[in-house]
Amino acid sequence: MANSGTEHTVKAFDSDINQLRGMVAEIGGRSEQAIDKAMRALENSDLELAAEVVREDKLIDDLEKRIDELTFQTIALRAPMADDLRELIATFKISGVVERIGDYAKNIAKRVPLVTKTRRLTPISLLPSMSKIASELVRDSLDAFARRDAELAMEVNRRDQIVDDFYNSIFRAVITHMIENPKDISEAAHLLFIAKNLERIGDHATNVAEMVYFAATGEPMPERTRGEDPTDLLDDTLSDEAD
Amino acid sequence: MKYEEMQESSESVNMTDSTTTDTTGETSAPKMTASHVDVFYGDKQAIKDVSIDVNMDSVTAFIGPSGCGKSTFLRCMNRMNDTIPIARVTGDIMLEGEDIYAASMDVVQLRARVGMVFQKPNPFPKSIYDNIAYGPRIHGLATGKDELDHIVESSLQRAGLWGEVKDRLQDSGTALSGGQQQRLCIARAIAVDPEVILMDEPCSALDPIATAKIEELIHELRGRYAIVIVTHNMQQAARVSQKTAFFHLGTLVEYGETTDIFTNPREEKTRDYITGRYG
Ligand SMILES: Nc1ncnc2c1ncn2[C@@H]1O[C@H](COP(=O)(O)OP(=O)(O)OP(=O)(O)O)[C@@H](O)[C@H]1O
Ligand SMILES: [Mg+2]
Repeated sequence: MANSGTEHTVKAFDSDINQLRGMVAEIGGRSEQAIDKAMRALENSDLELAAEVVREDKLIDDLEKRIDELTFQTIALRAPMADDLRELIATFKISGVVERIGDYAKNIAKRVPLVTKTRRLTPISLLPSMSKIASELVRDSLDAFARRDAELAMEVNRRDQIVDDFYNSIFRAVITHMIENPKDISEAAHLLFIAKNLERIGDHATNVAEMVYFAATGEPMPERTRGEDPTDLLDDTLSDEAD
Repeated sequence: MKYEEMQESSESVNMTDSTTTDTTGETSAPKMTASHVDVFYGDKQAIKDVSIDVNMDSVTAFIGPSGCGKSTFLRCMNRMNDTIPIARVTGDIMLEGEDIYAASMDVVQLRARVGMVFQKPNPFPKSIYDNIAYGPRIHGLATGKDELDHIVESSLQRAGLWGEVKDRLQDSGTALSGGQQQRLCIARAIAVDPEVILMDEPCSALDPIATAKIEELIHELRGRYAIVIVTHNMQQAARVSQKTAFFHLGTLVEYGETTDIFTNPREEKTRDYITGRYG
């Protein structure tokens, strides 16, 4: 495995790299937490907790900027090669992806007030299990980064299929519900957006996993054969939801 | 400059008119092939079973920690080690299929076909013009003054020095700056139309601008000559070469595409060296 602990002759390089690893772990932990809090807020109609998620997204944004700055600096000053270079490029890209994950969590949190007013819709019962897996994928992809674990990265990619399957079930359930209960359409649409956000989070976790794989092995991750997604047509409209 | 150094330098630029550089259709066959080369200094082995091909269409960089044998191996490629009494070379080194260590090989001619540029610029204490004209003149490469003028101008042009010295060709070569002197030495090697140019840390005494000019020059010369460069500067190896060979304790640890070596080396030792984890 790459970066097997041997130290650089120039110690300051190691300290930069270690600092970056710490920051990536932190941004990962914060976005994972954001997902869990947003979903708890949704389940309990907890507006205060939802507002907290929105507020704390700032911290994630700031962290991303600091990671990018330090990565940029380290590349410029240390001229890294081989696995060091791959790790820093991966760090740079991962911070951007994880920041997006935070945005999706914030987006879910913002919808909490909009789905608490009326009675609960049946498809909502699938969301907690879906979000549990999505946030596990985020955690595992970042653990894989911390451990340079290409195997775990592959596994994250495989498990993303479960999130996709959840999304497809929810999609069908929501559409059926909309047809049967036209008065619920607007609230049902919010649920669909939330499911879509979770699905996107899973995709982003696989992006992280792909970079981890590349950083660890120097090779691109072998392609996963994706299951058919009946909602691909909706992607253009829905996937731009996070902001 | 000492007289012996002049002699050594002049040897490296000698040539006959029988050799021409063919830049077409040589992309497949290697220009030089070394197989199972061992080098001993007395009973100390400095190179151990090294096999490597050098191609016409790529610049090859030799990298590795100090004392690993880069210069020793480079010197094998034009038999410069012959000048070291205790040095003994075994194995085969072929230039275009010819064994350069064969008894029939004319060493003086060989060193013209395989020119060398050293770490410290070593122009002759003569005019700029004569530095270039020396090799072609003593080997009768030019039939008249016009032709010699032409060789001098085109060599300086190719070495990227013409613009800076065309109005002062009679000034001493040693009066040039270090970077200009190094380009003069490259022009001197080019003047006898070699097939291979070996460079041993050609930029280590130069500032970044002079270094950039030499690197640009190497880029320009690529394809016309097979070029091998020894460098301690990893960034330089990455910038100028297409193939990189990593030496360690006299062995060739890894040889491959420069992009692969610097982004994804196969050997742990290579990785440790290029990422600064060595020693
Ligand atoms: N003329 C010589 N006589 C005896 N031993 C020598 C001679 N030249 C080199 N060596 C030995 O051979 C080994 C390889 O030396 P060489 O100069 O080829 O290394 P190098 O890789 O070029 O190092 P550097 O990067 O410092 O120039 C070293 O152990 C050196 O001491
Ligand atoms: Mg040397």
